[in-house]
Amino acid sequence: MSSDLAISARGIGKTFRVATAQPRATTLGELLVQKMRRPFASRERTEEFEALADVSFEVRRGEVLGIIGRNGAGKSTLLKILSQITPPTRGEIDLHGRVGSLLEVGTGFHPELTGRENIYLNGAILGMKRGEIEREFDSIVAFAETEQFLDTPVKRYSSGMYVRLAFAVAAHLRPDILIVDEVLAVGDLAFQRKCLGKMDEVAHRSGATVLFVSHQMSAVRTLCTRALLIEKGRVAADGKVESVLARYLSLNSAATNAHTTLPPGLPDSPARALAVRTRTVEGTPSATFRLGEKWRACVEFEITRTLPHVIAGFGLRSVDGTPLVTWWSAPSDLPAGRYTAEFECDLPLAAGEMNFAVGITSDEKNLYYAEGIGALSISEIALTTQPHRATGCGLLITTTRPPIQPLRE
Amino acid sequence: MSEPLVRIRPPQRWEALDLRALWRYRDLLGALAIRDIKLRYRQTLLGVLWVVLQPLLAAGIFAFVFGRVAKLDSGGVPYVLFSYTGLLAWNLFSGSVLKASGSLVANAPLVAKVFFPRLLLPFSAVVSTLLDFAIALVVGFFLMLWWGKVPGPMLLLAPVWLALLLLFSTGLGMLCAALAVAYRDVLHILPVALQMLLYGSPVGYTIAVIPEGLPRTLYKLNPLAALIEGFRNALLGEGHVGIYSAAYAAVFAVLIFLVGLVFFRRMERQFADVI
Repeated sequence: MSSDLAISARGIGKTFRVATAQPRATTLGELLVQKMRRPFASRERTEEFEALADVSFEVRRGEVLGIIGRNGAGKSTLLKILSQITPPTRGEIDLHGRVGSLLEVGTGFHPELTGRENIYLNGAILGMKRGEIEREFDSIVAFAETEQFLDTPVKRYSSGMYVRLAFAVAAHLRPDILIVDEVLAVGDLAFQRKCLGKMDEVAHRSGATVLFVSHQMSAVRTLCTRALLIEKGRVAADGKVESVLARYLSLNSAATNAHTTLPPGLPDSPARALAVRTRTVEGTPSATFRLGEKWRACVEFEITRTLPHVIAGFGLRSVDGTPLVTWWSAPSDLPAGRYTAEFECDLPLAAGEMNFAVGITSDEKNLYYAEGIGALSISEIALTTQPHRATGCGLLITTTRPPIQPLRE
Repeated sequence: MSEPLVRIRPPQRWEALDLRALWRYRDLLGALAIRDIKLRYRQTLLGVLWVVLQPLLAAGIFAFVFGRVAKLDSGGVPYVLFSYTGLLAWNLFSGSVLKASGSLVANAPLVAKVFFPRLLLPFSAVVSTLLDFAIALVVGFFLMLWWGKVPGPMLLLAPVWLALLLLFSTGLGMLCAALAVAYRDVLHILPVALQMLLYGSPVGYTIAVIPEGLPRTLYKLNPLAALIEGFRNALLGEGHVGIYSAAYAAVFAVLIFLVGLVFFRRMERQFADVI
């Protein structure tokens, strides 16, 4: 049944040549000098870098395929090949239907042009015909909420308006196959939600085939009907969203970032943290824990002279820097040396990404502080079937459930 | 299956010219050209007037230098009008070459992030120059009326000269644009080379001032000699282009266009990786 296939990719590989010792000539002058020095040497010493190796998959029409993988796994290269921006080195892809791809919001927007002019220009760049843009114009403007600034050059737009308009144009592209890269990373939360809604509409109501790359697991979960995990340029898993996500998360925790390099701290300070290690209660190093799982964090630090009343602190911060929780060690007077403090982290945290903060004080004086280091993620896959919910407001979920009591005057 | 099927494969040695894709993206050609024009005259006081002012001022200078100081012959045509028509053709050529050559580098973000036939970038640069040319040409006709010059039957040949000029400049533009993706030097050399070519082409003077014999034969190796002289001849009836130099220029222009096109096509798919 090839008739309901939208995409069929067979053995795609992409090899980049990366210049090593001898830099590639980027000006004619350099090229000439190189040629004169060693006229018979091969062009340059290069190392081959395989961004994609033998990727094969098929997508049926109407499927919404989420492509996940860590940074550098080859997702973006794959999308660029599918969008015909860069050619594969090996393999073949058949695309059935008109492809619209959105690898970046606002490419081709020109700051000097007005909103109206940019809608037409950007639409044309994305492959829309003039008539199509005219038909969709009002709907684009309504989606972007920029009616009163239509004839203002977009250089005077706020960045939010800019992004809204750019996404709006792309969202009204009506391709048979829509390819979307992490475009939701921009814009505020409300806008992200709106974009997701629009993509959902494109995918489910108009029956388009969608390929969607995201790091937001919740977005993949809500939108996609199938997921593809790319790891080191290969398809590591392909199938139901839940099972592929689980595979991805287990990959992530295997690649633990327990040995995060910490900043050196204040100059001349007698104390500094050396490492933060996170591990499961069994002691396996990990940086990903399941919803409801208990885990441990070790802060290793060094002090260079005897200090009174030393306290080591370990905290979690949300990705935007909001403090979530901090644990403190019991105070002790310490001679110079290396120490470790282990924290039991048994607070049930909601799913999400978090950073660490580490601090060391002596006699209530701050000797070392660093935040935004390391990364921890709580996966959406619950440890148990307890009533943990993947989403909630805030990252902390209350454990105690107070009974409702009569109001006393 | 009714929908278009696209097959993506590794780059081949010879890529066929995908006319269907070019046609599908025809609206983009116009959109890009219009963008170029709008941007060029935004935040200027005189706006589109510059399209006419630039060649007029240059024609004035040429009239002074070549006509007054060097006392070259313009065959009874006012020297300003004479050099203005030469500049019309020259500006079309040099503008197309310059803008087409820089078109890929100037639109690097587009090349790296969006798919469309890359040929549209140099083509749209030529189209936007062509619009400038059209405005300047209309003014040129008014100047001719002002000086009582009525074009003869040779005017019918004007489109032929124009087409050859366009083929030549688009070919050079494609060639340089593809080269400039990897080697930006091209964009630095080009203005200097064009400056030299301007004085080596019959823009401010006619071929007739070049001594006959070997010098003139060598001079005519520059295909622009026939193309610009021919264009002026079509408008003003001044100057003369022999059948052989015309044929030479035509073959040269077509050849450069084909070379540019083939080279561009061969490099095209690597642009996003290199730019």
